[in-house]
Amino acid sequence: MLNTQDILETIHMIQDENLDIRTITMGISLLDCADSDIDKACDKIYDKICRYAGNLVKTGEDIEAEYGIPIINKRISVTPVAMVAAACPDKNPVKFAHALDRAAKQVGVNFLGGYSALVHKGFGPGDYALIESIPQALAETERVCSSVNVGSTKAGINMDAVAKMGHIVRQCAEMTADNNCFGAAKLVIFCNAPEDNPFMAGAFHGVGEPDCVVNVGVSGPGVVRSALAKAPDANITEVADIVKRTAFKITRMGQLVAQEASHRLCVPFGIVDLSLAPTPAVGDSVAHILEEMGLESCGAHGTTACLALLNDAVKKGGVMASSHVGGLSGAFIPVSEDAGMIDAARCGALSLTKLEAMTAVCSVGLDMIAVPGDTPAEIISAILADEAAIGMVNSKTTAIRLIPAIGKQQGEEMEFGGLFGSSPIMDVNRYSPAKFISRGGRIPAPLQSLKN
Amino acid sequence: MRAVITVIGKDMVGILAGVSNICVERKVNIIEVTQSIMQDMFAMIMMVDISGSDVPFATLRDDLTKFGEKNALSVHIMHEDIFNSMHRV
Repeated sequence: MLNTQDILETIHMIQDENLDIRTITMGISLLDCADSDIDKACDKIYDKICRYAGNLVKTGEDIEAEYGIPIINKRISVTPVAMVAAACPDKNPVKFAHALDRAAKQVGVNFLGGYSALVHKGFGPGDYALIESIPQALAETERVCSSVNVGSTKAGINMDAVAKMGHIVRQCAEMTADNNCFGAAKLVIFCNAPEDNPFMAGAFHGVGEPDCVVNVGVSGPGVVRSALAKAPDANITEVADIVKRTAFKITRMGQLVAQEASHRLCVPFGIVDLSLAPTPAVGDSVAHILEEMGLESCGAHGTTACLALLNDAVKKGGVMASSHVGGLSGAFIPVSEDAGMIDAARCGALSLTKLEAMTAVCSVGLDMIAVPGDTPAEIISAILADEAAIGMVNSKTTAIRLIPAIGKQQGEEMEFGGLFGSSPIMDVNRYSPAKFISRGGRIPAPLQSLKN
Repeated sequence: MRAVITVIGKDMVGILAGVSNICVERKVNIIEVTQSIMQDMFAMIMMVDISGSDVPFATLRDDLTKFGEKNALSVHIMHEDIFNSMHRV
């Protein structure tokens, strides 16, 4: 018989501490859908997604009911569309976005990622046209998400792409200005993008992946926080141990769901992404974990150290609990999606500069941050360049998902609703990086030795 | 398949009987029961085998939830594997 304490602990985690499986994401390769006739290619894409993912949502719901564990999202990631679009170079790739949106609606997933291009070393055929079409694609579709990889540790940073993406982010916001600039919230720009990330908006199905695969993203910041709350006088070694033990338990559940989903869908199991993904709900915040460690507010001096400890301990605990770990794995710090981050940003404890430092040790980057609507494109590009440089030099994934709040200024608020939350508009440094950004070219790949 | 039913709430007459009745009516075999009362709070854990059940899992879950709501108890049924995977290496 199972231990009573253990059973009650699990029930408590799910009922009161928001433990859930954040997403089951099916990765589908579209490489065999390329066609020089764009309409034919779109039909093939629609058919393949509907064929492979037809049962995804139902399977997720069945597992949720049977195992009693909430599975919040069922999603799809596809091969970066720029690769498929390369076969029909003179056509507007937005048609692909519409086909993907139709397929997502048909199978009932709430988001589909992969309207993407990988341009870390330069633009291949299809890449430039796809990037130019991102604002239109995100404005005209509901469920399609887009990402662009502009740098990597092995290739350096493509500064032409960085310059371009500043304008694209602005256009995404401008074209959806009447809808809270939501287009920009569906676009992630990466350095070292992982090929098996199950989390939106940056998910895509990498070229090294099999034809179809199931990846699972776990969550549970509330569980970690309440485990720490039970040990108010623990020293930091003990704190790290508590986080590891909790992450292990959370991940075991992810592994179980991933294996079960893989078995029922007859699709290979890819990875479990060991992420602490917050939501705006009370008790589901990464910032509150940092505060539980002893900070008055997230953003105070010491935040980077606490986050580094948390991020590392989550990985150490999770790695042993799953047979394959991948994706972004770590603690997310999306400002608008985390109740504690929102409060810290509102009261001025958390600034953009502190967030940038935090991204050097967290799992991703500057995520879901609203900036003033008049922020020039070159400043957005420069923020991206800084983030990409942190990722490139530290051999880690970094990214930005900034939302220029068109028509709004610092101190006002953006309301996205649902899992996307709300965010105070944060100020940016107004000194101009325009000359640097306009130079173009590439930042060479960094040295991998002489690490100081 | 084996599942774990947990019942948590204020102690009163007939909790065990009520849950057992639901199980019997649906041909769910009760394998093991543990219960404890801590300061008025009743906590019961029941291991059941639902392979012979004549209703779908979702119906059984809904019936148990309804019983819980009617009696101000928190009643859950979950697959045994959740607990095994989380607490056993």
